Amino acid sequence: MKNKSLLSVLVAGGIIMAGCGNTEDTKKEEKPATEQAQQTAAVDLTTELSAYQQFALEQMDHFLLDTEKFVNLFKAGDIEGAKAAYAPARMYFERSEPIAESFGDLDPRIDGRLADIEEEGKGKEEWTGYHKLEYALWVENTTKGYEAVADQLLADAKELHALVQTVEVTPDLMITGAVDLLNEVSTSKITGEEEIYSHTDLYDFKANIEGAEKIFEILRPKLEAKDKELVVALDEKFKAVDDLLALHATADGGYISYEDLTEENTKALAAAVNQLGEPLSQMGIILE
Amino acid sequence: MTTSNDEKWINKKISRRDMLKLTGMGVAGIAIGASGFGGVMKAMGYDMFEPVADSITAKNKVNFYGKHQSGINTPVQKHIYFASLTVLVTSKEELQELFKKWTPLVVRLMNGELMVDLTTNTRVPTGDTGEAEGLDASNLSITVGVGPSLFDKLGMAHLKPAELADLPHFPKDQLQKEYTGGDLCIQACADDPQVAFHAVRNLVRAASGKVEIKWSQAGFNSFPAEGGTPRNLFAFKDGTVNPSIKDEQDLNKVVWVDKGWLKGGSYLVARKIQMHLETWDRTSLKDQEATFGRYRDSGAPFGKTKEFDDFDVEAKDSKGEYIMPDTSHVHLARKSGARILRRSYSYASGVMSNTGAHDAGLLFISFQKDPAQFTTVQNSLGRMDKMNEYITHRGSAVFACFPGVQKGSYLGEALFNAL
Repeated sequence: MKNKSLLSVLVAGGIIMAGCGNTEDTKKEEKPATEQAQQTAAVDLTTELSAYQQFALEQMDHFLLDTEKFVNLFKAGDIEGAKAAYAPARMYFERSEPIAESFGDLDPRIDGRLADIEEEGKGKEEWTGYHKLEYALWVENTTKGYEAVADQLLADAKELHALVQTVEVTPDLMITGAVDLLNEVSTSKITGEEEIYSHTDLYDFKANIEGAEKIFEILRPKLEAKDKELVVALDEKFKAVDDLLALHATADGGYISYEDLTEENTKALAAAVNQLGEPLSQMGIILE
Repeated sequence: MTTSNDEKWINKKISRRDMLKLTGMGVAGIAIGASGFGGVMKAMGYDMFEPVADSITAKNKVNFYGKHQSGINTPVQKHIYFASLTVLVTSKEELQELFKKWTPLVVRLMNGELMVDLTTNTRVPTGDTGEAEGLDASNLSITVGVGPSLFDKLGMAHLKPAELADLPHFPKDQLQKEYTGGDLCIQACADDPQVAFHAVRNLVRAASGKVEIKWSQAGFNSFPAEGGTPRNLFAFKDGTVNPSIKDEQDLNKVVWVDKGWLKGGSYLVARKIQMHLETWDRTSLKDQEATFGRYRDSGAPFGKTKEFDDFDVEAKDSKGEYIMPDTSHVHLARKSGARILRRSYSYASGVMSNTGAHDAGLLFISFQKDPAQFTTVQNSLGRMDKMNEYITHRGSAVFACFPGVQKGSYLGEALFNAL
């Protein structure tokens, strides 16, 4: 999760990136940058943007339904049932994270970890959302006393679902979002810091990768036209990550606990994600 | 300082304009280094394998082209970033392509230029990671070598020189897997730590999916204002008996390989040696000096007054005792009779998580025409060396560093020609 709204970062992004370019050429680039903006406007991504919006809305529909199911099990005191429903429900959120996390306040309410809350100078009592219920289920082994948190989670999921209907998907949101999903994997999932009680990090990992892959699939025709080799590289690197993840899948379609991964396993996964990240970060060429 | 920066801008602008002229393209383009871009770059008229010349205007510049690679008989710089790499490529052809790709990039880095970055598209990452912007070449040298494991991995075992083998186990070695071995190495030395790191970072990034870092170590050397031999973290002068890097004849005897595809190259031995500073610091000066066999202040061998005074290890005093104790580091090293070119750097990398002691020591690096020279010295030190009480060898690797490159050629060409 991120503290800032991705959208607000993206709005400022253009200016910041220009400032970070090669200083020697900043002046020279001022004019081309303007031209480039015009060119960008000329690239027609209408089909791709609406396809992604469609995807995100579907994910959010499922997220709301599965969150409702999870909350109902939780409130019924069905600890095992709630545990089983926890990770799969979260995957819808993780898959569409570029959009789901763009509402600054809602993201930490739904997906905040205790460490994130404490970082903001808040205490345990202000902590809400999935990870607090994760704590209840896996550490306290109870649902009692957490009913209000469960109610709040469902209310927040509904609010998110409503807000997402109004999101305008931009090319930057898609392209930055794909890399951002990978960065989420590299910084918190691969270290087991996302699901510190349930250790279901590999579910989030898989969902983040699927979210990035979806963006790639939608942009594939445009990328093909611009650079066939990049598409070949991306196909190869996505497959490498997916194949590695498949080694840790369980018979029921889930994944083994993060705690059962060896250091060699996590290192191999991290390397595969980094190797995917390099070509993935080049998808912006279609906006040129 | 401003002046030098201004000049730098001018130089860079010229080189960039030249490059644009050379490649016959406008400002549009693609960052080099990312996978899958060869096609677009070729289509746009940019050839990533185009040779790059050593700059004649760059400040503090070490030349890339020559009989030998830089970073061996180059005056020792203040900083190192050493990386041992694992190859991910599975064929000799891919490895050859990587060296061809790296060669012009290495020249650019040593010229103090940015990696190729012709794009103005801010929606993709820049070709250069950028942290060396505004810094000059800082005497950057880059030395590339191949390890024994590479040859078996890529089906080139018949070309592995007999000398290129993992070092034997030495008494008191405590080698850790995470600091040992490697298929390739990049030794980047510079007078600026960020320039050295930037070089390794960008070369590895340009080889994404082809190599990964197995282990790496940063290190530093500090030179007294009036010149002279730098001191290690035990405060003793380190490298006094080194052969002169200006004496090519002597280097032919000690450093340069004279046969096969490695002719003109050299073997690099790297040892990560932890120095137990806490125990050293509670050792009396007398015992410290007896450990080395030299006086700390002057660096002179026992019984002499000046650092470079020659000495006889067998000399004894009136009581019949060795003047230079026979358990001292210098006594044992000299007695081995073997010579090597040392190019070591100190490191301080935080604290050991298990003991809270300084995680500090020496990234020992030596060049020799045969790793056996190092083995002879190390065997002579053996269990006898009084220094063992204060050090632990944690990492070890040996690499065959390619001969120098002529313009139009590439790193390791002789190896691939021998295939």
